[in-house]
Amino acid sequence: MHIQKKKKLLFDKKILELTINRLCQHLIENHDQFKNTVLIGLQPRGTQFALRIKNRLMELLKCEIHCGFLDITFYRDDFRRSTHPLSPNSTKIDFLIEGKKVVLIDDVLCTGRTVRSALDALTAFGRPEKIELLVLIDRTYNRELPIEPTYIGIRVNTLDTQKIITEIDDNGFNDKIWIVDK
Amino acid sequence: MTKLSVKHLLSIKPLTPADIELIFKTSENFKSVINRPIKKVPSMRDVTIANVFFENSTRTRISFELAEKRLSADVINFSASSSSVTKGETLVDTANNIISMKVDMIVMRHPNPGAAEFLSKKVNAIVINAGDGTHEHPTQALLDCFTIQEKFGKVKGLKVAIIGDIIHSRVALSNIFCLKKLGASVRVCGPPTLIPKFIEKLDIDVSYNIDETLNWCDVANVLRIQAERQEIRYFPSLREYSMYYGINKQRLDKIGKKIMIMHPGPINRGIELTSDVADSEHSVILEQVENGVAVRMAVLYLLSPPMV
Repeated sequence: MHIQKKKKLLFDKKILELTINRLCQHLIENHDQFKNTVLIGLQPRGTQFALRIKNRLMELLKCEIHCGFLDITFYRDDFRRSTHPLSPNSTKIDFLIEGKKVVLIDDVLCTGRTVRSALDALTAFGRPEKIELLVLIDRTYNRELPIEPTYIGIRVNTLDTQKIITEIDDNGFNDKIWIVDK
Repeated sequence: MTKLSVKHLLSIKPLTPADIELIFKTSENFKSVINRPIKKVPSMRDVTIANVFFENSTRTRISFELAEKRLSADVINFSASSSSVTKGETLVDTANNIISMKVDMIVMRHPNPGAAEFLSKKVNAIVINAGDGTHEHPTQALLDCFTIQEKFGKVKGLKVAIIGDIIHSRVALSNIFCLKKLGASVRVCGPPTLIPKFIEKLDIDVSYNIDETLNWCDVANVLRIQAERQEIRYFPSLREYSMYYGINKQRLDKIGKKIMIMHPGPINRGIELTSDVADSEHSVILEQVENGVAVRMAVLYLLSPPMV
């Protein structure tokens, strides 16, 4: 019997814009003018979302905001568990994080293992005053480590047999985020 | 591509251009790692590596050891002069004894050409060749080409001269293979006695004229006169060699263009390179050493055996 794969739209352009706006307002409440706060997007898929947050914050606050990209490949806990070495992406952090408040940004939080690796990777750059976590989608009930986000775009209950597909592009014209059966 | 096509790094010859590009891309990532305040990553914390050196080495051994430690691997160092090899133990026996202590990878330097390949067929561990006699020194060629790519943005189409003691040099052979695979034009230059017969069969130029070669090239990789491997006299005196083939400031000023000077080290100052050239803005010798650690980290990372 052929079972048709289900596909559900979580975000379109309009809802994503509203969500980014809300997350930015929430960030401003906690970080005011971002004088001592920096944003770090996680490679590969958190970077585009981090840039969108940065751009919106700059529109709202009219000031420069530091945003870097962090690759966590070398800090993962599943290294050598597959037959192929894990391919790294580039890390680009052109500012100091010592003593800064850092907001880690990723598109999806699932098991929490990426965030654990990111916490390890980040400390190689210094000792931040505080680290917060912002995610667009929090997949509850999939957590394998005790990690919770500080800011959440949407919380969804998903099964292991489902995955999230994010299509966030540079200009924001074709934003779509789906939840689909694997 | 995320995986190398080879299981061991024994020479440059079997590598594909895609393999070399993958090593370079990974090296860039590791170069960024070693420039962070904390230069260590936990990627290889459950891997044990033995550095087995049957020949003297400073740079390569330290570079490999640093690369291994920055990947959090467990490292043991072994040098032949202070080991049971002096009591007559064979290479395979020595290696098997080390491996039975649960070693995953062996980095080996040996005075005999082909020693690394021989070992890779006899033992159950990943073997990385850190120089086998006058045959190959693959990681040196990779770091040389990585340095060229970093400076020029590409290797393809560049003119690279390898100058000096070609016949005794493993660096020369590995560099020729690596540069050709990446699309560079290669020329070797030196006194006829130090250039191997039939080397032009590798599809490279041969010249005996240093000034003309310097005029031709974008990059000059200057090799050390390997006195320890020279059982007969290949030229009348070091002074004469230095006069005809040594690179000095006057020679570089005469060619009227800026070329990049490389040297795999250790330098015989005043013989193949004068100090004013070795320490000049033309020289990238210390950058080669820095890149050496990043490139070796990439090679170790990409060759590390899967746990499953």
